[in-house]
Amino acid sequence: MDQIFDPLLAVALLGLAAIALHSRELFRGIVLYIVFGLLMALAWVRLNAPDIALAEAAIGAGLTGALLLDTMAQLGRSGEEQPTSRRLQIAALGTVAAFSAIAVLAVLALPRGAAGLTSTAAAFMDRSGVRSPVTAVLLNFRAYDTWLEVAVLLVAVISVLVLARRLDLTGELTRVPPDPLLTASVRVLIPVMILAGGYLLWRGTHAPGGAFQAGAVLGSAGVLMLLAGFHPLSAVPPALGRAIATAGVFAFTVAAASAAAVTSGFLRFPVEYAGPIIVAVELAVTVSIAVTLIALFAAAREVPVRSEQQEPPPFPPEPEGGR
Amino acid sequence: MTPFLTYSITGILLFGLGLHALIVREHLLRKLLSLNVMSSGVFLLIVAVAERNGSPLPDPVPHAMVLTGIVVAVSVSAVALSLIRRLHARTGRASLHEEEGLE
Repeated sequence: MDQIFDPLLAVALLGLAAIALHSRELFRGIVLYIVFGLLMALAWVRLNAPDIALAEAAIGAGLTGALLLDTMAQLGRSGEEQPTSRRLQIAALGTVAAFSAIAVLAVLALPRGAAGLTSTAAAFMDRSGVRSPVTAVLLNFRAYDTWLEVAVLLVAVISVLVLARRLDLTGELTRVPPDPLLTASVRVLIPVMILAGGYLLWRGTHAPGGAFQAGAVLGSAGVLMLLAGFHPLSAVPPALGRAIATAGVFAFTVAAASAAAVTSGFLRFPVEYAGPIIVAVELAVTVSIAVTLIALFAAAREVPVRSEQQEPPPFPPEPEGGR
Repeated sequence: MTPFLTYSITGILLFGLGLHALIVREHLLRKLLSLNVMSSGVFLLIVAVAERNGSPLPDPVPHAMVLTGIVVAVSVSAVALSLIRRLHARTGRASLHEEEGLE
């Protein structure tokens, strides 16, 4: 059974990708990409990587798909594509085929068996403060990478806010009356999703799960609320919303600085306190990620026309006559 | 055919598919889709290589790298989509035509 499943999944992945990239309708392509993401989650499970499977399903398939569809809806009909020149197509095909062949040969030539860092990580687990190896790597051994990753999310939110020329994280509610079925389902789904997010966060200390998966589920809950006509951050003033988005980076910095004050290294958590520090940082990161993902979806929408007369002043004005 | 072989070759082919579509297709949303497919291919290859560690325990470091990569990929996609929206709002087009330049 195992022998058949993996090749079948591989063929399905490749087929979906090919159809999604080259389908005539963009909408179909994006939907097929979402399906592709879900099958990728299956592939992660087959490769013994449940943490990645959770993240891929929520972030890779769900949120990326939602972002793509929302943008596509706003672009509307944007004109037909020019047919690509024959020469470019042949050149692209040839280059890609040659590259793929070389890469496959390189992979086949890899030396037999490579233990990697499994045993190294396992040896330090009792000093990490958590019982899940991936969480230990993410939030202790390689905490520096995760800290900067949260900073990347923050930079993305700032960029989207600047490009959309707005200071509040969530946009106007959808102007189309929301689907009553969606509204009804959302009323049931949101409490469950909040519970699921909290559970994933807690579970991440000893099993697959953690801050990113929990933040992704909560962020998806926020996006669903937006789509159903509820305003997830309506009680939060814009400045507080922006502050929450920075909470992840802030918590990490505080943890790193206090660790540096006590021990010899910048992100060297003292062994006795490593567990609580990690949980506290994960909590801040989860809330931060949830708000960031909601903002990435909501803030990108165009500011409606009526506010063109009251432009928010802060951002540098564009050179209007430059075309 | 071990899982490593199946998924590493799939990852490489996904990268190739994405790269080809990135070059050949003009619509910016399709290019973004291609970039995402390329990322998925790279992640598959990394984790497939990690699967060869010969132990029932997974190698956590490549898994953490790929997790980070997925989050960064969605950040990049979000900013790229904002740029595409702005380009569309300014020029009405969703592609970069070479003949007309960027004006």
